[in-house]
Order: sequence, then C-alpha cells, then structure tokens
Amino acid sequence: MSETGEALSEQTRLLIAVRDRRDRQAFAALFAHYAPRLKAMLRRGGMADAQAEEVVQEAMLAVWRKAAQFDPARASASAWIYRIARNRQIDMFRREGRPVPDELAEEPAHDPDAADALALDQETRRLRDALGALPPAQREMVERAYLGELSHGEIAAVTGLPLGTIKSRIRLALTRLRHELKDLRRP
Amino acid sequence: MTHDVTHHIPEPMLADYAAGRLGHAFSVATAAHVSLCDECRARLAAHEAAGGAVLETLPPEPVSDELMARVMARLDDPAAAPPEPPRPSGIYPGPVMAALGGRPPRWRSMGAGIRQAMLHAGPDGSLRLLYIPPGRAVPDHGHKGRELTLVLQGAFHDETGRFGVGDVEYADESLEHTPVADEGAPCICLAATDAPLRFRGLIPRALQPIFRI
Ligand SMILES: [Zn+2]
Ligand SMILES: [Zn+2]
Repeated sequence: MSETGEALSEQTRLLIAVRDRRDRQAFAALFAHYAPRLKAMLRRGGMADAQAEEVVQEAMLAVWRKAAQFDPARASASAWIYRIARNRQIDMFRREGRPVPDELAEEPAHDPDAADALALDQETRRLRDALGALPPAQREMVERAYLGELSHGEIAAVTGLPLGTIKSRIRLALTRLRHELKDLRRP
Repeated sequence: MTHDVTHHIPEPMLADYAAGRLGHAFSVATAAHVSLCDECRARLAAHEAAGGAVLETLPPEPVSDELMARVMARLDDPAAAPPEPPRPSGIYPGPVMAALGGRPPRWRSMGAGIRQAMLHAGPDGSLRLLYIPPGRAVPDHGHKGRELTLVLQGAFHDETGRFGVGDVEYADESLEHTPVADEGAPCICLAATDAPLRFRGLIPRALQPIFRI
C-alpha cells in the first residue's frame, strides 16, 4: 500500500478491502470492531439485548452488501456504518421504512483521490479528539444525542448543543464536504 | 439535480434525522430536501461523522458467540438482500416516490382549486402533497406543532419570504402565515406536520377532520 494508504485509519482500510476484494477476513475484523459498539449504541438507545443483536446482524450484512457504495473521500468507515445501522434499524422497526436521500448520480470512484480520503480521515480523528476533550457532562449530552437517547431539541434546551468545539469541527467537516460535493457535480 | 436552495432544514431536525430520532413524516421531508440540496447533504454527512465518532468511542458491549458465524454464513445469501430504494420521478425525489408507493398522487379537491394528497397520517405526524394554483392562497393559519414545507414545483411566498423549488419553510407555534402561490406554474409542496393546523376561518376548521390537515 502507498504511504497515504497506510495513514488511513485501520477501519477505513478494512472497509476498502471488503469493497474492492470482497475480503472476508477484513470483514470479520470489521465485525469484531463494530458489532460490539453497534450493540452498545442500540442498547443505549433503549433496545433489548436480543433485538439489538438482530439489528447488529442486519446492519453488518448491509455493510457487506453495500460496500461498493463506500467512498472514503465522502465518509469515514465509522460515519458510513453509523448511517447503515440507522437505516437498517428503522427499516426493521418502522412500518414505513427509512426514507433515504437519493444517491448522487456519480458512482464513487473506485480509485478515489487518496488525498481527499486522507483529509477526511484526519478530520474524523480530530472530531473524535475534540469529543474526547469535552468536559464529561457536555460529552455525555453529545453522546446521548447521537446515540438516540434524547432529541437534539431536548438537549439544546438544557445545554445549547451543538457545543463550541464540536460545532467548529462539524463546520470544518462541512466546508470540506461541500467542496467535495461541488467537485462531484462538475461535469 | 441541484437547485438554487436558500431555505434549509433546521439544524436540530437534521441531527435528529441522522440519529434516527425523527418521525416518519418529517424524515420523508428531510430526505427529500437533502436529495435536492448539496448544503444539507454535507451538513447531514457532518452529523453522521459526529455519530460515527461517538460510535467509535463507545465502550464495546460483547455480542453472543454465534453472532459472527451467523452473519458470515449469510454473506452470499441473495434472498436476504434488502430492496433498493425507489428512484426519483419527475418533480418527486425518491423519498417522495416511496411515500407515494411508486404511484402518481391521488388528489382530492379542497375547494378554490387547491388539492391535497395524503401520504401518511400517524401519531408522529402527517405528510401530504399540496397543489396550489398560481396566485391562490392557502387559508390563513397558525400551527399547534411543527410544520415543514418543501417546494417541489413552482414557488410560494408568505410573510417570511419567498420559497422556490428545493426550499423548505419551517414553522412552529410562533408563526401565523398565509402562503400564496407565485404566478406561473401551479405550486406543488410536500408538507409534514406533527399536529393539526389551526385555521382562523370557521369553514376551513370544520373541514379539518374531513381532510385530516
Ligand atoms: Zn438545504
Ligand atoms: Zn403553515
């Protein structure tokens, strides 16, 4: 792998191996990493043990089946799997299923710009560091929002979320992603 | 297709959509707007990045021993593949086509040339398409809860501004407004509400149970 490839997070590299080579060993490693975290997320959202495992199972199967759509220049492995899990969870438990935005017309490039993927990966790491650096009470509130324990409206009423650092990180991510999307639109 | 969008999904609603906390009616409107708006697509991706960061740092909860074997055994099972989401058609983005069940809207007249097609009515809110002829006003109304209106064709304006294709107007208890369709093409909107509208005129209020608005 190239120098930039080595700098990508392990999870992103595993997901690329699943996408490009249908690598079962890489998938098993992703499962070992994410299945217990997805289960923790679903349990925190109020789901019973067996139900949570059922969603984890369906979410990880969707990760395998939809891997061709993964573009590391547009989402980190964790963000992409977070979205896939939410989609499957709602598909399974709401009669109407999850409404999802139309995909962009372009297929993700199979050899995506390594620099873009790397920049997003670093952004994601900085976002995680910023989250870790929050005072415990604030961090708890951010977690509760994204774990689905409380709505953002409920949390804003208490703390004024999104909080300073997180907000600026999201804004940076936004700027980057907006450029990314503009490039994609270019004919 | 991308549009010149100037009115966007409020931040808490977009974050709740990312976290799976938003009811069905508002989720359809949000996903439909994101389909038409690059900026909200990026903002949604940013919220998913935050969700992913939280997921990454959670203390893992052990899964049962046989779960991985079960998943590995099903990897190549084609019968288990979930159906593909519906494609956009005409003025309707994919999420609206899904709410329509893949069929054209079944319009019902509400009088004065205004038509409505209910797409969803549940305890978490209702979703409908509105057809407003050029120059026509939707009766003066306030809101008991939240209302999110996405323009799919034409344009409307009210006390707060002008809304074209792709724009959303967010309204809550604090807004009383009279949306009026612009001249030109009839205005077709997707409207999500989590509580019935409050019309100020007597007759529209009498019609509310009939039209479920
Ligand atoms: Zn927008
Ligand atoms: Zn209104």
